[in-house]
Amino acid sequence: MSEKYVDIYKKLDMDIEKHSELMSALFQLFSDVFLTQKNRPENIKYFDWLMSEIHGKRIEELMEFKDKNKPLVGTFCIFIPEEIVVASGGACYGLCGGAQFSIPDAERDLPRNICPLIKSAYGFKVQRTCPYTQISNFIYGETTCEAKKKTWEILNDLHPTHVMHIPHMKGKREKDLWREEIYEFKNHIEEIVGKELTFEELKKGVEIINKKREALQRLDYLRSTKPDIVPISGLDSLLVTQISFYDDPERFSDKVFELCDELEERIDKGISVCESDTPRIMVIGTPMAPPNWKLHQVVETTGGIVINEEACIGHRYFKDNIDLDGVESVEDIIERMLERYMKIDCACFTPNDERIDKIIKMYREKKADGIIYYTLSFCHTYNVESKKVIDRLKEEKIPVLKIESDYSAEDVGQIKTRVEAFLESIRFKKSFKAKR
Amino acid sequence: MFYGIDVGSTYTKIAGFNEEREIIDLHVFPTQVNPDEDVKKFLKDKNVEVIVSTGYGRYMIKDSFNCPVISEIKAHAKGAYHFFPDVKTVIDLGGQDSKVIKVDEDGNFSDFKMNDKCAAGTGKFLEIVASRLGVSLNEFASLGENADKKIKITSMCAVFAESEVISLLAKKESVENIVYGVVDSIADRLVSMVKSLRPEERIVFSGGGALNSLLVKLLGEKLGYKVYVPQYPQFLGAIGAAVSAIELVGDFV
Repeated sequence: MSEKYVDIYKKLDMDIEKHSELMSALFQLFSDVFLTQKNRPENIKYFDWLMSEIHGKRIEELMEFKDKNKPLVGTFCIFIPEEIVVASGGACYGLCGGAQFSIPDAERDLPRNICPLIKSAYGFKVQRTCPYTQISNFIYGETTCEAKKKTWEILNDLHPTHVMHIPHMKGKREKDLWREEIYEFKNHIEEIVGKELTFEELKKGVEIINKKREALQRLDYLRSTKPDIVPISGLDSLLVTQISFYDDPERFSDKVFELCDELEERIDKGISVCESDTPRIMVIGTPMAPPNWKLHQVVETTGGIVINEEACIGHRYFKDNIDLDGVESVEDIIERMLERYMKIDCACFTPNDERIDKIIKMYREKKADGIIYYTLSFCHTYNVESKKVIDRLKEEKIPVLKIESDYSAEDVGQIKTRVEAFLESIRFKKSFKAKR
Repeated sequence: MFYGIDVGSTYTKIAGFNEEREIIDLHVFPTQVNPDEDVKKFLKDKNVEVIVSTGYGRYMIKDSFNCPVISEIKAHAKGAYHFFPDVKTVIDLGGQDSKVIKVDEDGNFSDFKMNDKCAAGTGKFLEIVASRLGVSLNEFASLGENADKKIKITSMCAVFAESEVISLLAKKESVENIVYGVVDSIADRLVSMVKSLRPEERIVFSGGGALNSLLVKLLGEKLGYKVYVPQYPQFLGAIGAAVSAIELVGDFV
């Protein structure tokens, strides 16, 4: 890390020594996992660069926002109406929460048996090793699970935390509550900038984030559209999606479109990152915050290819846009925003059957060969919901494997055995089908 | 000769088939430092045609011998099918993991379950308790069969089970009864895993755990099906790998 970043870290009251320990581990892991892949698209370099500057250049940029008194909001959830933050000229981003590194420090305050994402995130605040957390005006929390809900109370003692009440059903009563919560969030942002957001500003904010989602939708389409040509690895696509939570949204969209142009060319030329008979795997379930690359790495070094993530860092995040057609007032925009956010099929909802229908439809459209249901340990919503999802998948004769894991590396061997066996059975079924 | 090598966490097993598809070579040694060197020594003067490796150390063998690997799941399915072509369910109790595998009519697996990262219900669990009681694994089954009381070991974590055993000893509980309780708890653990996969006849039990006759008996009682143990159950993974080696060549014959 160069000296100028150290100055920023000092300003942000970070533990510089511990942070550099974290970064050297992260860069080593990144290079082992990503740079060893063969035949990567040229335009992935931008995302490699951004990853290498994730706590450098990008933080420097955010410092400029801070100096101009623009709001900086960090979160762990896709229910945040980020359009409002962007409309105010501020930035909204994902906070550090995907590493084992900070968990021991979190476990001094939090129970051991809650999900690793919450523990990791809380640990980063305790350690003062995440510049995104340190720089933020407030952390956005929500009520999507019990462990999060209660952790926000404890976290709020260390850093301002704004909790938005996300209901667990999707009826009219809940819709009214949710609408109020969006207005309250908007008020909070307006307090920081010291003025009311105009219709034009809000509309612009929505357009910027809509474009980001379009870019991600296009990438999602290109990586899985051809049954025999996969122009980009699942790991690289995951990386791009993860970076969508950190980068400047406008620059990010442009870079993803450039990457997509290259992927289109690759498809035309028949350039694939894997053999044509490679088992195509959909990963569904809980999000994979960086540097949680474990499952993708196992699948792709064991002879499979990941073609899609049905997760919050994945399809759930970018599947729906906000419809701006015919909007005339701030209220119209908020109403459309509400409609969009209510389509998120998070496992915090009951019932949540639309998620299952979506998964099956996606499986067929993407010509996948199998599904891995990934869930973080102690993520009760996704973990319990797996029963309903897997039962339906089995009814539809879709091969499925469930894997529950945390951020530690100790179960990599076992996961490898399971994934390998799963791929073997898929390959067998494929060859059987081919012979017939 | 066709060789299957199963590098397990506790033992490395080697199985060799001749051209007539008969098992003519079985060898086992404890997995210690560099098991691939031990394998090399063993195979030095043998006529080796194809090797396939499996087990947790399969990639080490792959690197040393440049041979294909298969997962333990596939290896056990193939091994069980070799002895019992009508097998539907395989239970494998190895050193550090346990698995249940559903096998189809062609000897390929259709579904499986594997324990999580924990020694509960694995061979290691038996080993820890045996060493605490000062008895050998070979004595384990016969001791348990002489129990006069059915006690329950409630802790499923190996470390806590060990302390539970110690407190039972302090209460002057007989070794026979404790052994029974331990085997019974492992059987319960396996049965819940088997039931989640809807077991069907014929059920084959493999791995070192299948050498324990009390465990075999209790599994059968709890499942309501007879549990079959192949010859050399601890070699079933290696045998399955060797069968795969034959199949690899079979395509060219």
